[in-house]
Amino acid sequence: MLARLGGIDRRWIFLAMGLSIAVPILLKLRFPEVPGPMAKATFNAIESVPEGSRVLLSFDYDPGSAGELQPMANAIVHHCAARGHKIVFMALWPLGKQMAEGTIKDVLLEFHPTYTYGKDYVQLGYKAGNEAVVKLMATNVPQQYSTDAAGAALASLPIVADLAKLADFKLIASLSAGYPGAKEWVQYANSADPEAFKVISGSTGVQVSQLLPYYPAQMEGMLVAVKGAAEYEMLVTAKYPSSEKPALLAERLGQGRVRMGPQLVAHLLMIGLIILGNVAMVAGRARGGAR
Amino acid sequence: MLQRTVPMAILSLSGLILMLAYFSPMTTSWGETVLDWFNILAAVAFVLGAGNLLAVNLEKISSRRAGWAYAAITLIAFFLMLGFGLLKVGAVPNAEHPTVAFAGGYETAASPFGWTYEYIFSPLTATMFAMLAFYVASAAFRAFRAKNIESILLLGTAFIILLAQTAAGMFLTGWIPEESAFAFLRLDWMKVAITEHIQTAGMRAITIGIALGVVATSLRLILGIDKSYLSKS
Repeated sequence: MLARLGGIDRRWIFLAMGLSIAVPILLKLRFPEVPGPMAKATFNAIESVPEGSRVLLSFDYDPGSAGELQPMANAIVHHCAARGHKIVFMALWPLGKQMAEGTIKDVLLEFHPTYTYGKDYVQLGYKAGNEAVVKLMATNVPQQYSTDAAGAALASLPIVADLAKLADFKLIASLSAGYPGAKEWVQYANSADPEAFKVISGSTGVQVSQLLPYYPAQMEGMLVAVKGAAEYEMLVTAKYPSSEKPALLAERLGQGRVRMGPQLVAHLLMIGLIILGNVAMVAGRARGGAR
Repeated sequence: MLQRTVPMAILSLSGLILMLAYFSPMTTSWGETVLDWFNILAAVAFVLGAGNLLAVNLEKISSRRAGWAYAAITLIAFFLMLGFGLLKVGAVPNAEHPTVAFAGGYETAASPFGWTYEYIFSPLTATMFAMLAFYVASAAFRAFRAKNIESILLLGTAFIILLAQTAAGMFLTGWIPEESAFAFLRLDWMKVAITEHIQTAGMRAITIGIALGVVATSLRLILGIDKSYLSKS
């Protein structure tokens, strides 16, 4: 019987995976998370930048990776705004601007209504060119972005009126799903002026191996996949709760933790399937040997 | 001559200027100009990409090849989004300039472009990505077999990472004190050891190898030794 398991119809596996994801979502299962060193380093990097500093957030992903990266983006934006940082949004991916717009609407303007466009935050939008965009910005931001995403001249927007190069930022954060992304920000921005600003990233699980060599020397903080988002959310909401909209903040900055429930059950199912597959293989061999 | 010498000259000059700009502040503005050209070319590449998309799919439809209906759907979606975006169909009037044509915003869900992105494109993309979980589970069951030492090592690493990436890691081994001699048995400790030492060491070796390869290839291109990017004719 065990040997027959190896030939199980894969639709049963699909059903098991579907249930392992759907049930925790429907039951709203949440498990306690303990912030790890990378989440703490990311949190501390934003904390260590003086209040009211100009920071650059690059949204280098699209809806396919939003499940992992949007919770991080929400938490980072809330954290930066709670510290009073002036936020410059941009994107190296064509749909990154839309991702940033979602965070601006759901988090920035919802919990920080005093933030004014052009004075406290600005949306530069997407530019084609991948790492060349970063390389040009390292020495000349106005040549790369002469206007914001809506077409207003940078000189007319107080937050970026005196912006000349990347060294004018205190912190750069890349929410990265691949190429171009966090790796390019380290290679072309950090290498141009290593002491001028801190670089942090939020990345998908599959990209982390490419970024690990840069942490912590060239990349001070790194959030890895949904777990990184969940840990960071805990740190941010603990220090910067919302007195006016606590329930809404818990929902908007709790997406990482919500997604950890299905992830736990799905991971356990994967381990179970691997064990089952190997048991079937051993049983099949024993049966073949007995014959 | 035009087909080979001019592209080679542009490439060599651009490469040399970018190298110089890194070392000499005097030539920084030259490097910026070259990067500006590159970014313009990258934007133009989107137009070439659209042209290629049209050519491939129209050929598929005209020859009635297998899956031609999908090609038709691709083209219909392409032209719809292009029309919505270029003509700003149903754009929300600009608050400051309500009477100016094409001044309105078209990226909110109130316009067809934004609506299509928000309620069709975005969920479809997320769905495609989410389907990976099902295929990975099936592949794990069928292919992840402990057949030799290497695959056993791979399996062990996978178990540690899969458990440590969730609350199960802390639940199973979080009770072992971090300062004790047995801290190495904690799943979070093992995960850090694997990622920061074994994985990072391997990745550094690969990265350095890639970097050396990029340097060698770039030099071959700049010096005109490698001409493979040029048209064969």
